[in-house]
Amino acid sequence: MTNNRIAWNLTIALIAVFLSAGVVYAGGRSEASSGGDGVTSVTYANFSSAGGNEGYLTEMKAAFEEQYPNIQIEIETYGYNDYFTQLQTRIAGGDAPDAYELNYENFVSYADRNVLLDLGPYLSDSSIDVTQLQPNAREAFQTGGTQYGLPGSFSTVLLFYNKELFDRAGVAYPSDDWTWDDAEVAAQEIRDLDAQTFGLLQPVHFWEFYKVVRQFGGSLMNEDRTAFTVDRPENVRALERMVARVRESNIQPSETQLAGMGEWDIFRAGRLGMLVTGIWAFPDFTETVAFPWDVAVEPGMNQKATHFFANGMVVSANSNVPEAAATWVAFLAASREVAEIRVGAGWELPPSTYPEVLETYVATTPPENRQAVFESLNHIVTPPVVTDFARMADIVNLELEAARDGSKTARQALGDAQERLEIEIELE
Amino acid sequence: MESRVAVKPRHLLLFLGPAMVGMAVFYIIPFLASLMISLTEWDGLQQLGLRSIPPFIGLENYRTILGGPELRRVLGNTIYFIALYIPLVLAASLIVALLMAGDRPGVVALRIGFYIPVLTSWVAGALIWRWVLSPEYGPVNAILGAVGLPQPGWLQDRRWAMPAIVLASVWKDMGFFGMILLGGLQSINPALYEAAEIDGASRPAQFRRITLPMLSPVTFFVVVIGLINSFQLFPQVMIMTENAGPQGATQVMVERIYTYAFRYYEMGYAAALSWVLFVIIFICTLIQLRLQKAWVHYG
Repeated sequence: MTNNRIAWNLTIALIAVFLSAGVVYAGGRSEASSGGDGVTSVTYANFSSAGGNEGYLTEMKAAFEEQYPNIQIEIETYGYNDYFTQLQTRIAGGDAPDAYELNYENFVSYADRNVLLDLGPYLSDSSIDVTQLQPNAREAFQTGGTQYGLPGSFSTVLLFYNKELFDRAGVAYPSDDWTWDDAEVAAQEIRDLDAQTFGLLQPVHFWEFYKVVRQFGGSLMNEDRTAFTVDRPENVRALERMVARVRESNIQPSETQLAGMGEWDIFRAGRLGMLVTGIWAFPDFTETVAFPWDVAVEPGMNQKATHFFANGMVVSANSNVPEAAATWVAFLAASREVAEIRVGAGWELPPSTYPEVLETYVATTPPENRQAVFESLNHIVTPPVVTDFARMADIVNLELEAARDGSKTARQALGDAQERLEIEIELE
Repeated sequence: MESRVAVKPRHLLLFLGPAMVGMAVFYIIPFLASLMISLTEWDGLQQLGLRSIPPFIGLENYRTILGGPELRRVLGNTIYFIALYIPLVLAASLIVALLMAGDRPGVVALRIGFYIPVLTSWVAGALIWRWVLSPEYGPVNAILGAVGLPQPGWLQDRRWAMPAIVLASVWKDMGFFGMILLGGLQSINPALYEAAEIDGASRPAQFRRITLPMLSPVTFFVVVIGLINSFQLFPQVMIMTENAGPQGATQVMVERIYTYAFRYYEMGYAAALSWVLFVIIFICTLIQLRLQKAWVHYG
């Protein structure tokens, strides 16, 4: 009997140990944020420093901790591909980082789901002036007038070109006021150089398409974003034009011709005259491109329209240290120190407007025409962000691919996209 | 002298306890939780707790899944995969098993060679296959071109993306299934072959009349596992084809579950999808268990 009793008690004890281990772990986490020595610890999760820029983020952290010795930042960096899975799981598990990075399109999804802290009250007290931030970038991280986030960096898309191929083809370099007509004529001349060389590459996907339709006078949604307008005739014309470059003139390589090669790769290989891509390519191309290259504002049509991409920082609604976290976020967005580190590293563009910092940015070469970055900002169009953004983009992409690969006409593809969007995506 | 210790239920509990706790925490609780979640509109972001329960919507998720066109399309893609994969992987594994059998010199190297893909992570494997199947620069199309055959666009072409996934999957799995079939081959009683030899049966006849029937229990196992794996097809699709292939050609069940849960923030819908997948696999396995009577010989 005694043996039995011992066995029984042991079993219960074992189960209790297992269960309590989980409880202790969960309990321990929530207390970890503030230490006993008056130093507040803030966890910050990010993806944009992954793959080469971690060192610069560490410099920013050091600059911050020097100014705010009572706050200590714990940086957690994840690769972009794992970041949102990781983040979502942690938020749902009640273990969200105090502050974290969100890209613009996910920002709205998160803000609408009430997991972000309203930064407003914290910013008015803060010693960091966020009103000098680029207005476009600052407003991008508001929803319904509430500042749920601050921009950390932003970027735009330009026309990158290979000067050598332009010289060989005997065509004038692109200028900031080019239209697609000009670009396509030049692209044809370059395409005619040899079978392996292409004139132009503008990927046929959502991120280019939302902007190109604006250049053609169309749009994917109506003014107040209450209805989709994907099948408008202007949009059809824009898509027909993008597809014709691949399927008719072939100045742009098809997917099979690209053969899994990245867009940057074919440009680096010197086989592409013009590439439409983001300014985040600057540091890489400076290192890896062997021929002379430069940039110009992306060509337009009826009007110019350029891309706006931004990463922002937010504070978790459940953070135990909202004030410290908000201070860190404001510092990352708006301090001169961070802007200087960012510009020095060529790590996208700081949203702050310190003139001498931006002068340093423009003076750095290549590219010669860095001024095009700021010229581009005059024509910015923001992507049509809705709560179900990823799903909307997937639906549009599926149909764009069908048009690009020739299984549907542009009109059919956009008609089908419109139909699916109306059924599957709820707009407020 | 025989002494038997009476096993009391309490002793059993002592030894099984830790494993049972693990099982409860990692299998049973999530299993039940996913069933509950599938009846809600949980977005996967809201923190779950007794005071914050996501909106309960009954069987709405299931109705949407069963009533919509997506399930049919995705199952169609999966069945296409199975129809190509199962026969190919069976044939390839059998060849691998026959090559690995016997004591010929170099057979160990051969066994290692065929088993390396099994141990290779899908991330590495899929990247290799993306290169192997590259329409312009890959060796497969170079060979096809050299012998005058058409060169498909493979992963960049919606008609060829799934066959490309099948090829990579067969390469990865044939070593594992080959090893299982090898075990089956080696357990066949050599006396059967000797008797056949004496009766004058040819090699092909021996293979057909002895090897295949005696292998049938192992083959059955391979088919069941292969089929379950096929329904759970995921990493190769995620890595080899971005966003599930040109025009969604490689959209399959687990890929959809992931997409709904982590891209569209529809965790409830994703949980319902995973239950639908469970029922499909369960029914398929039941059917196979029934059918085995017709062709599996337990010698």
